[in-house]
Amino acid sequence: MSKIKLAMNWAGACGGCDVSLLDLEDKILELSEIADVVYWPAAMDYKRRDLQEAPDGSVDVGLFNGVVRTSEQAEDAELMRSKCRVLVSYGSCACFGGIPGLANLSDREGIFSLVYRDTPSTLNEEDNRPSPQWQDNGHTLTLPEFEDTVRALHHAVRVDYFLPGCPPSRERILDAVNLIAALAGGEDTPPAGTVLAPEHALCRDCERIDSKKSDRIPRVVRPHEIRADSGTCFLEQGIICMGPFTRSGCGGLCLAANQPCRGCFGPTPTQLDPGAEALSAFGSVVGPRGEDFLTRAEMKREVGRIPDPAGTFYRFTLPHSVLYRSFAAENKDRG
Amino acid sequence: MSERITISPITRLEGHGKIDIFLDEAGKVRDCYLQVVELRGFEKFCQGRPVEELPRITPKICGVCPGAHHMASSKAADEVYGVRIPPIAEKLRRLFYNAHIAHSHILHFYALAAPDFIPGAEAGPEKRNILGLIQAVGREEGREVLAHRGYAQKIQGMLAGHPIHPVSSLPGGMSKPLQEQERAEIEPMADSLVQFARKSLRLFEDLILSRKSSREMISGDTYYSRTYYMGLVDDRGCVDFYDGTARVASPDGSLFASFDPRDYLEHIGEHVEPWTYLKFPFLKSVGWKGLVDGGDSGIYRVNSLARLNVADGMATPLAQQEYEKLFDFFGGKPVHHTMAYHWARLIENLQACEELARLIRDPEITGEDIRTLPGKPVGEGVGAVEAARGTLFHHYKTDSQGMVQQANLIVATVQNNAAMNLSVKRAAERLIENGSPDEAILDRVEMAFRAYDPCLACATHHLPGKTPLEVRLVRPDGVVRTLSRGPEGEG
Ligand code: SF4
Ligand code: SF4
Ligand code: SF4
Repeated sequence: MSKIKLAMNWAGACGGCDVSLLDLEDKILELSEIADVVYWPAAMDYKRRDLQEAPDGSVDVGLFNGVVRTSEQAEDAELMRSKCRVLVSYGSCACFGGIPGLANLSDREGIFSLVYRDTPSTLNEEDNRPSPQWQDNGHTLTLPEFEDTVRALHHAVRVDYFLPGCPPSRERILDAVNLIAALAGGEDTPPAGTVLAPEHALCRDCERIDSKKSDRIPRVVRPHEIRADSGTCFLEQGIICMGPFTRSGCGGLCLAANQPCRGCFGPTPTQLDPGAEALSAFGSVVGPRGEDFLTRAEMKREVGRIPDPAGTFYRFTLPHSVLYRSFAAENKDRG
Repeated sequence: MSERITISPITRLEGHGKIDIFLDEAGKVRDCYLQVVELRGFEKFCQGRPVEELPRITPKICGVCPGAHHMASSKAADEVYGVRIPPIAEKLRRLFYNAHIAHSHILHFYALAAPDFIPGAEAGPEKRNILGLIQAVGREEGREVLAHRGYAQKIQGMLAGHPIHPVSSLPGGMSKPLQEQERAEIEPMADSLVQFARKSLRLFEDLILSRKSSREMISGDTYYSRTYYMGLVDDRGCVDFYDGTARVASPDGSLFASFDPRDYLEHIGEHVEPWTYLKFPFLKSVGWKGLVDGGDSGIYRVNSLARLNVADGMATPLAQQEYEKLFDFFGGKPVHHTMAYHWARLIENLQACEELARLIRDPEITGEDIRTLPGKPVGEGVGAVEAARGTLFHHYKTDSQGMVQQANLIVATVQNNAAMNLSVKRAAERLIENGSPDEAILDRVEMAFRAYDPCLACATHHLPGKTPLEVRLVRPDGVVRTLSRGPEGEG
């Protein structure tokens, strides 16, 4: 079995995805037995130039974490695509836009004017803004362009596999390592487009599932407003939990810490648009018990008690959503 | 003809960065720019979110210091709701947070900083990494480093619910108590961490301070900037990572300002330059005078050495002894030698570990009273902590429902932005004499910003590898020579 060539690149990311790979510790040695890491700027001294000079398709597996926002990140996405036979979206940012994807509720101008002008500590009388090209003291300095929209990796280039999680959990990373081993051994691999995590919803693996009795949420409360019982389903307690709409695979980490799921593993495969489905599902179940149906007005009132539906139901998936542009447009005016 | 040297990518600061060094005709350094080429705009999309969600959103700013954002954000949100958290909740947060500091400092020192001294720049890039370090100090020591970094990581995960992105702190306290079984598991790890922290300081003395070449690097004037310093201190004036009063010391060591972090806007302004996405915080009352040091320039520094410079001492007895040694060595306060950041980091690590050992034995630590239920929001809050890399401010304003209208974040590494520019320039000026730096010299230039432990730097050397660094000597007509790190040295 010949060793396969592996590349890991990060774009608009927090670094947690890189750390998650480092955290494999003992297993990373196993990985190094089947794969040679040929490019990993966050951890090793390989340059973009090394990757640019490699023949197209000469890297077997590419892992890409982070969102695509700047022109440099878009170039990196193209570069990884052309050099890697198999390209994996690593982590929720690359898969669905993740937390940085919430920036699509605004745009470049909205972000720049806030960060470089309106934040209370900023003192910028000249209204300086970072500029792609700038002359300073006779020197030309360049910066990558900052685009209007955050994109998930598959919006920029074709992606073969998706490894969700913020960051992916150890088990899921080990699944990916197995996939890499299968590729190395010339074995069968899952079809392109596969998400490397279970197909069912998180609820099925949740220890609280037995307490999930009614199909109604009597009232919506926010996590800090009550002392949540550690054995009872959050929805039963009125706290919005994304478990029913979220792919299993994290091991229920937040639930074990007595905090509701926020959906970092992204949607289960049956859902076209997780946020929209969650919104309509919650719309039909919130409200007092014992009522067979709610009028439209009643329903609206109850759903209105869910604070920030866009930021709750699309916490990790806004750029991935079919609805996000309208959300963006709607929110832009409000700033 | 003038030349440009580009170092890209450098060790990351919240994303990607590069350094451009411009040389004059004689090959001397004319100008130097540390550029950050990425921005994600958290301030913008924190707007409109319920404030209790920010402690779960803002850690995604940085996967290397998520714990610091989790704490600062929770504290700001506590204030927005005008709530005092129960003492047990504060102890749990401190337990978590000291583990976070220990984890970060251990990783930075051994994986990133130490290889520059042991085996040292002259050993060449193939040895100048954690493997080379382990070769020099012994395999057993190497295993110990990994084990103790793992303990600190594990304690964090047990308290915070997620090994990388913490979730358990929320306005009013914590979401889950510490079980006795978990406590019993942590106790021996905490004790072992204290011993390891002491050993690390002995190692620093024996292998770094006692060697002439590295002693010169630490106490010479290549890595030296006279600046102001800022850090939080507790009510006894000692270093405190979780809470306290912000203190600013002048370049001459006198107390310049002491303020409640809530008043940070009176003291800190942020300057914007068009050639980088990163802002430049400075002391408002002194003013922004450009990238120059000294008492007339509002540039200040944060992170380990800054904290020790502003404090009257350490909060724990063993760390206090080491603190005294450091200032004896340099002959008083403040210390402006940038390489002393590494030493200060090890002293802080000892304090964090001593705190872990103390807190885990606190009879209350497994108590159930960990939440105060908040009432109506007051509408504004500032949360400040000492992140491993320096003071971190989160400032939120909300509506009457606790929905965020404004979020302002002053991140630790950002506050060292100006100082890092200064330090790199100074090191380049001293080291690049005639326009042809060699590999070892580039490593020395790189050390100037590595001392500040810019984000993700600590992940960088966890694997056998080298800091990504590329230097191009560029004339206006194109690349004439490229130096890059690789086993073959010059590429
Ligand atoms: S998916 Fe999460 S851990 Fe990974 S880069 Fe994005 S924010 Fe960081
Ligand atoms: S909704 Fe949340 S708490 Fe309830 S069963 Fe599903 S995952 Fe568990
Ligand atoms: S519980 Fe939900 S938010 Fe938490 S790690 Fe799992 S999928 Fe992500």
